[in-house]
Amino acid sequence: MTIEGTQEYAINMGPQHPSTHGVFRMVVHLDGEVVTGVEPKIGYLHRGLEKMAESRTYTQFIPYTDRLDYLAGPHNSLGYVQAVEKMMGIELPERAEYLRVIFAELGRIASHLVMIASGSLDICGWTPWSYCFRDRERILDLFEMTAGNRMTPNYFRIGGVSHDVPDEFMPALKSFLDDMPEMLEEYQGIFFGNEIVQSRMKSVGILPKELAENLLITGANLRASGVQYDVRKAEPYSIYDRFDFNVPVLYGCDTYDRHFIRLLEIQESSKILRQALKDIPDGPVMAKVPKVIKPPAGKVYHRVENPKGEMGWYIVSNGTTKPARVRIRTGAFVNVQMLSAIIAGWKIQDLVTIFASMDLVLGEVDK
Amino acid sequence: MDALNNVFVNIALAIRGLFVDSHSFGADLTINVIVFIMLFLIMVVAALFLSLVERKFAHWVSQRSGPNRLGPHGWFQFIADAVKMLGKEDITPVNVDKFLFKMAPMMLVGVTLMVFGIIPFGEGMVAIDLDLGIFYFFAVSSLSTLAMLMAGWASNNKYSLLGGLRAVAQMISYEIPLLLSLLGVVMITQTFNLSSIIEAQKTIPFIFLQPLAFAIYLIAGIAETNRAPFDHIQGEQEIVAGPFTEYSGLRWGLFMLAEYGNVVATSAIAVTMFLGGWYGPEFLPGWLWFILKIWLVIFLMMWVRWTFVRMRIDHLMHFAWKILLPLTLVNIFLTGLGIYVYDLLIARIGG
Repeated sequence: MTIEGTQEYAINMGPQHPSTHGVFRMVVHLDGEVVTGVEPKIGYLHRGLEKMAESRTYTQFIPYTDRLDYLAGPHNSLGYVQAVEKMMGIELPERAEYLRVIFAELGRIASHLVMIASGSLDICGWTPWSYCFRDRERILDLFEMTAGNRMTPNYFRIGGVSHDVPDEFMPALKSFLDDMPEMLEEYQGIFFGNEIVQSRMKSVGILPKELAENLLITGANLRASGVQYDVRKAEPYSIYDRFDFNVPVLYGCDTYDRHFIRLLEIQESSKILRQALKDIPDGPVMAKVPKVIKPPAGKVYHRVENPKGEMGWYIVSNGTTKPARVRIRTGAFVNVQMLSAIIAGWKIQDLVTIFASMDLVLGEVDK
Repeated sequence: MDALNNVFVNIALAIRGLFVDSHSFGADLTINVIVFIMLFLIMVVAALFLSLVERKFAHWVSQRSGPNRLGPHGWFQFIADAVKMLGKEDITPVNVDKFLFKMAPMMLVGVTLMVFGIIPFGEGMVAIDLDLGIFYFFAVSSLSTLAMLMAGWASNNKYSLLGGLRAVAQMISYEIPLLLSLLGVVMITQTFNLSSIIEAQKTIPFIFLQPLAFAIYLIAGIAETNRAPFDHIQGEQEIVAGPFTEYSGLRWGLFMLAEYGNVVATSAIAVTMFLGGWYGPEFLPGWLWFILKIWLVIFLMMWVRWTFVRMRIDHLMHFAWKILLPLTLVNIFLTGLGIYVYDLLIARIGG
């Protein structure tokens, strides 16, 4: 409610604002400190990935997929290569499937760590930020020792993975998993258990269950609003049906739960990793695939559970070496709608935490 | 030890001795100019050094390496920072209110320097020994609100304006618990003079008599100096840098100088009022004890800063008015009660 004689004003946040996580831009309408509306403006990181795919062969496009959600590179590639394999009917060797799951889940943990870190940084929590990045560093080291790249490993190939992991990989992964409970306890102590954090985040930015379903929100944001939906369980892909893990659900629907569910998911991911580490067989890491990838004409839709939400790959092939059309359904792009739907009435400080809780990655929003 | 204790006092006396009449106008002027330059240097060096220590401390808390390139373990970094800041381009954006824009940083530094004038660094080592010392501290330090508002308004930037208005709301609210928390000490000592307050703590520092007041003072002091968890005025994640958004180069440097100067001044007042000032075991001179105690308080403030996250602005205001203010009133009541009982006992015993 505006007091007589005053007026609302618009303020431009981003694309170069400290807390818009990349190049997101929003026009914020303010009444004093209270937000009355937000208009998200996207497209500052648009690279035309879908169009690029049409001028590259199927194999050449794999590195580009890493750049969608650059905080969790492997999982994007997983969706793409599996979609192509589905079209061509390729069966994978066991070890390759396990390595893919290990990399995908490591990517998920890395992504969630960044989310918790930036969430804390957005309320000026420098120390939790630093702790999360310290531990994420170990995941990036694992990527580096295997694939050379840290954030965008480009490790998956159509028909398997590019090469086997080095000998020191498994011990390093094991020690990382062993340290995990202690790390989580540390985040719990300094961030989630903090009185001020809770007063900042609890009951802030409520996203009711019905609204979340109507807006097609997916991923952890949906699960924090009380819907138990995870593609890994609903429509298991790769070998996720072999692992024993839970899909955590929280019913608070608020900013705090959207942060906390990431912590629970890290726990579940580490559970998967432990089982994969135990069960992984020896053997080849690449299936017998033709020299030239040429899927038969037709189309395929394949979806995976990306850390940021459900990611769908729709690929149309005309029987040549290049896809005729690629369409990517990214979770973060759809999740953007949530911001303007729930923001009205919160303060400018809450806007920042609510935005952080959505866990957007602009590479995935703008494609 | 006595010579070391009074080294600065003796130097001042020696300089006065150069004049024919050691209390002539010329002698006073010379001493005052020297003291002023000394205070300014203390403030600048302390602020620069503090900016480095802050980073070192932060990196120690959050397990990073921190500045480690220049000099042994990076301890010369602050010199490089100062030189860098001097070399930066000074930008005055178009459409700013030029007079206010340029006045604001100078005013903020001036106010901080004025607070330094009454701090008793040691016995007899105070630039101006005001009888209304603590009263003067509040009167002067509340002027910094005005400087913040000036910067926020003159910048012609919405983020700056939001920051300036936050400054007014926050600093005026926290001034009240800050002031009332020190009243207990004033009630006990019956004086506003900072040197007399320290002398009254020869046997026992007032932190033991006024623990609640010390806690409140520290919290309100952190809020007054705009440090996390109360750094809403800069609020980097929301309003970029608040009133300082449009400043660059040396002007921005002056704001930082004032911020760290304020941290030192607030800690110095805490040491004066609660931690017994220059009194300490005899093996170190008094002024060194005073400085060490200041550092102790500063470390406490840093510890808080790097552990907690920022509060929300409405919680901040509730905290000042609904929690700190009643607590200070309770503290004043308890102090009054304590003084009454003490006087009664003294009268009974006949001491």
